Amino acid sequence: MLAFLIQRVLQAIFVMFVVALISFSLFHYVGDPVLNMLGQEATEADRAALRAQLGLDQPVVVQFWQFIVNAAQFEFGISYRSARSVSDLILERLPATLELAIISAIFAVVMGIVLGIYTAIQRGSWLSKFIMTASLIGVSLPTFLIGILLIYLFAVELGWLPAFGRGQVVDLGWWNTGLLTASGLRSLILPAITLGLFQLTLIMRLVRAEMLEVLRTDYIKFARARGLSKRVVNLRHALKNTLIPVITIIGLQLGTIIAFAIITETVFQWPGVGALFITAVRFVDVPVMAAYLMMIALVFVVINLVVDLLYYAVDPRLRVQGGAK
Amino acid sequence: MGHKPDGEREPVLSVRRLRVEFPTRHATLVALDDVSFDIAPGEVLGVVGESGAGKSMTGNAVIQLLEPPGHIAGGEIRLMGRRIDDLAEEDFVPLRGRHIGMIFQDPLTSLNPLFSIGDQLVETLRAHLPMSEKQARGRALELLTEVGIPAPETRLDSYPHQFSGGMRQRVVIALALAAEPELIIADEPTTALDVSVQAQILALLKRVCAERGAAVMLVTHDMGVIAETADRVAVMYAGRLIEIGPVKEVIGHPRHPYTEGLMASIPGLAERRERLYQIEGAMPRLAAIPPGCAFNPRCPHAAERCRTERPELLPAGGSRAACWLHDPDNPLPRRASAGDSQEVAR
Repeated sequence: MLAFLIQRVLQAIFVMFVVALISFSLFHYVGDPVLNMLGQEATEADRAALRAQLGLDQPVVVQFWQFIVNAAQFEFGISYRSARSVSDLILERLPATLELAIISAIFAVVMGIVLGIYTAIQRGSWLSKFIMTASLIGVSLPTFLIGILLIYLFAVELGWLPAFGRGQVVDLGWWNTGLLTASGLRSLILPAITLGLFQLTLIMRLVRAEMLEVLRTDYIKFARARGLSKRVVNLRHALKNTLIPVITIIGLQLGTIIAFAIITETVFQWPGVGALFITAVRFVDVPVMAAYLMMIALVFVVINLVVDLLYYAVDPRLRVQGGAK
Repeated sequence: MGHKPDGEREPVLSVRRLRVEFPTRHATLVALDDVSFDIAPGEVLGVVGESGAGKSMTGNAVIQLLEPPGHIAGGEIRLMGRRIDDLAEEDFVPLRGRHIGMIFQDPLTSLNPLFSIGDQLVETLRAHLPMSEKQARGRALELLTEVGIPAPETRLDSYPHQFSGGMRQRVVIALALAAEPELIIADEPTTALDVSVQAQILALLKRVCAERGAAVMLVTHDMGVIAETADRVAVMYAGRLIEIGPVKEVIGHPRHPYTEGLMASIPGLAERRERLYQIEGAMPRLAAIPPGCAFNPRCPHAAERCRTERPELLPAGGSRAACWLHDPDNPLPRRASAGDSQEVAR
């Protein structure tokens, strides 16, 4: 167990190192920030001074080492655009993105698994067929279009829910949350559905396919032959086996939810990290872009680690090597 | 039927004119047609035949685990006198495991890999018997001891992958017998096992069933297994029962030409032959079963009557065989040449 954990952590560190290398190279290949920051009229001396201030006059290896040391301490330098600390900018906006992502993820996972089980067990019913057909919409429509359609229907036509923003936010000091106010919760519904719909349909179709596969296996037939009730066979024996491959996909999809929050945040003018990144790209704000890249990579790496550990918890075949207990 | 072995005792299982159909887009396939047999308490009935002859289908029909769209389309199945073929699924669930136990071919895939064998035993016991978790664990230990798992108290919390194939089949037998069913359907229980383990598992199956007086329906294509284990044999061909009788009779004096061919094609270890005997041709597909006797295109004795009229099971020596050779009023003559080649082969 410990050896397994150490191995996975080392792999995670290696992945983060590679991502750091890519993030760092952004500084050298995405134009010269000094020109952007100072404009056309600046003198050569001004430029040299700023270059020294930003540490851009050092040898590349030293700069990279400095970048990694800083990144490990969650220090990504100063935003070229707003001249504020990048980590402050991100921390300020992280709660908005995380709340949105977590709510969408719960929505997608819970609904996806429930609908997946239902459509697998009640394969022939008209409701299953309807759900399967409807899910094609979720898979094929692009996220921004779903967002716009939802806004049109529920915000513009029906006027039930707000069309943009986070509503009223409560500041807890270290975290600002929209989950404690009615307007905050109402504002969350449309973006959460928009962001989660694609993952929901994906998870649902995956659960359905895996479940149908598992229901055909010998051990399910044997479980039925032992006289276990349909409910026990479906929800205990079949579901647990179904979830093993599903966990991986769900894990990866959670990472995607955070990464693709960019589009939803733009459509709903959600004040999250994704919107920050879009602005950063527009202004070639390299430190923000690099920090965002590192953050997303970290999310993926951590989720993968958790997925591996979950496997370990669910599947006894991984826990014990050979016959010894 | 008239000619019923163990006529005095009420049979555990009584199947009459069972018909199983598979509706497909083009036609309705008849997978089992007019299958009738009894199994007495404590008796082992071997069911043999080629792949696709309907052996497993018969077992699955009895325990109502037919793959949809397959379904029972006619006939009657009685378990200890009670009719069970017309029960709805929810009424049938309590019968499975409690009155009819089933053992499948592959012990490697019969057990759920994610649950310890203790869990699987306990849930089976508690599904049928009023037991506490603790009582059920105690009973599970006894069951594992009974099927010959060494040191069961250390194995109860092990997972299926920690057992060898033979040991897993022992666990499967323990699971199938947990609630002491009166009928065990064993569907090729030793086919997936090493030859050296097969005999052990068969002996075990025979012993635990004899101890409980359980009737066994042993489905296999291995005549060796039948000879060693069964009391009576039923031979199936193309979804029909073509011969049924005591083991010695059927093996020593096969009455149906198909059974004759089947026996002749078993290689013996003692003798060396240039070529193994084989029955010409192949069993017909379900979609193309010929009229009359299904075996007629391959039969050395086939006459015009065999192509038009389907024989019932007719008394033949100590057995019953579905063949016009045994028609009491007008027996079909055997063709000498075919009979000779059989003698040479044997």
